Amino acid sequence: MAMTGILRPGHVQLRVMDIDEAVNHYCNYMGLIETDRDDQGRVYLKCWDEHDKFSIVLEPSDSSGMNHMAFKVRTEQDLWRFESNVKNFGVETKRIPAGELNGCGERVSFVAPGGHRFDLFAEKEMVGNGLPTTNPPPWPEDVVGMKAIRFDHCLLYGNDHDESVRFFVEALEFELTEQVVDGDVQIAAFLSCSTKAHDIAFIRHDEPGRLHHASFLLGSWEQVLRAADIISMKDIPLDVGPTRHGLTRGMTIYYFDPSGNRNEVFAEDSYRYPDSPLLTWTADNSGQAIFYHSRTLVDSFMGVTS
Amino acid sequence: MPAHTITILDTNEQYSCNESQHLLAGMVQLGKKGIPVGCRGGGCGVCKVQITSGSYQSKKMSRARVTRDEEENDTVLACRVFPQSDIQLKVLGHLNKVVKAV
Repeated sequence: MAMTGILRPGHVQLRVMDIDEAVNHYCNYMGLIETDRDDQGRVYLKCWDEHDKFSIVLEPSDSSGMNHMAFKVRTEQDLWRFESNVKNFGVETKRIPAGELNGCGERVSFVAPGGHRFDLFAEKEMVGNGLPTTNPPPWPEDVVGMKAIRFDHCLLYGNDHDESVRFFVEALEFELTEQVVDGDVQIAAFLSCSTKAHDIAFIRHDEPGRLHHASFLLGSWEQVLRAADIISMKDIPLDVGPTRHGLTRGMTIYYFDPSGNRNEVFAEDSYRYPDSPLLTWTADNSGQAIFYHSRTLVDSFMGVTS
Repeated sequence: MPAHTITILDTNEQYSCNESQHLLAGMVQLGKKGIPVGCRGGGCGVCKVQITSGSYQSKKMSRARVTRDEEENDTVLACRVFPQSDIQLKVLGHLNKVVKAV
């Protein structure tokens, strides 16, 4: 059976304080491709192996952080079904007309219990991944920088953590894949709508609507080390890594964009099926859960959000 | 490139920072501590300081973290401040221990 319902993270719209610096960071350093701009000054980007027109929208702003994250659903019927699910959960929805973001179909938009805005959409203009669909070569020759393959997930800090997780499981039909618990209290929840280790994650927090990081897939540990070289070469503010997570097993490095939004690039994490068991890490072992090698929590990683 | 002496009044720590470096870059490069280090892009707000003396140039910082009034009264983010003279400052920001149960 193919995937149904919510397919994947479709895009994230990030607020940036200097659009030129942001475009330089995401395109020249991380290897994303600019596909459009609009009359609000927003810039549309995609990673090379994505077929849809954009997965990142950079929004000129006087602050940093996440405007919204959007998920792509399989069909228009799914869109209306999830709209109804969300309303039945008790969360207000509104519809955003097609074309409000260039090339994106009608969206169902809502603010989840943790204070983050999410949108769902079924249609987005496809521009392809730069490779032919008949006898395709393995990669395009003109990708630069870290060569990010796709926008993969976001990790968010929000209040009302338990309700956030229940909302994603009950209304949006995600499955809990991994968690960190302190006794009966869940501190972190990793949720998947696919066969990925996670498509979104939440950390218990007291302030609503914060972005911890937007994450991008790379092809290998060697590519993560190469990203680390680029981070130093280009004077990008490093947060943590390169290292491995216990959670999801991903090989990873964290750094910040020029507006202070944290990015991750990672490779070689785990996968799941609908019958995979829930993995649990205990709070007394959270150092190892988060950074498997150093087994030490890093203040900036734990405490800095945008 | 002219270098200036930065004094963190809370700890009396001093370090040298040149005009092309923001206050955190100078501090970190010399292995000094005192101001919390976060995103270094004016977004997260953990390096908020009160400049009590000295002149500086600054870059854009998040309005969600520094109000216009604060900025006009020299309450700024150290990662966006480039010294034009010796500077004395007090640390206002801090890193929240967000995962309180850990």
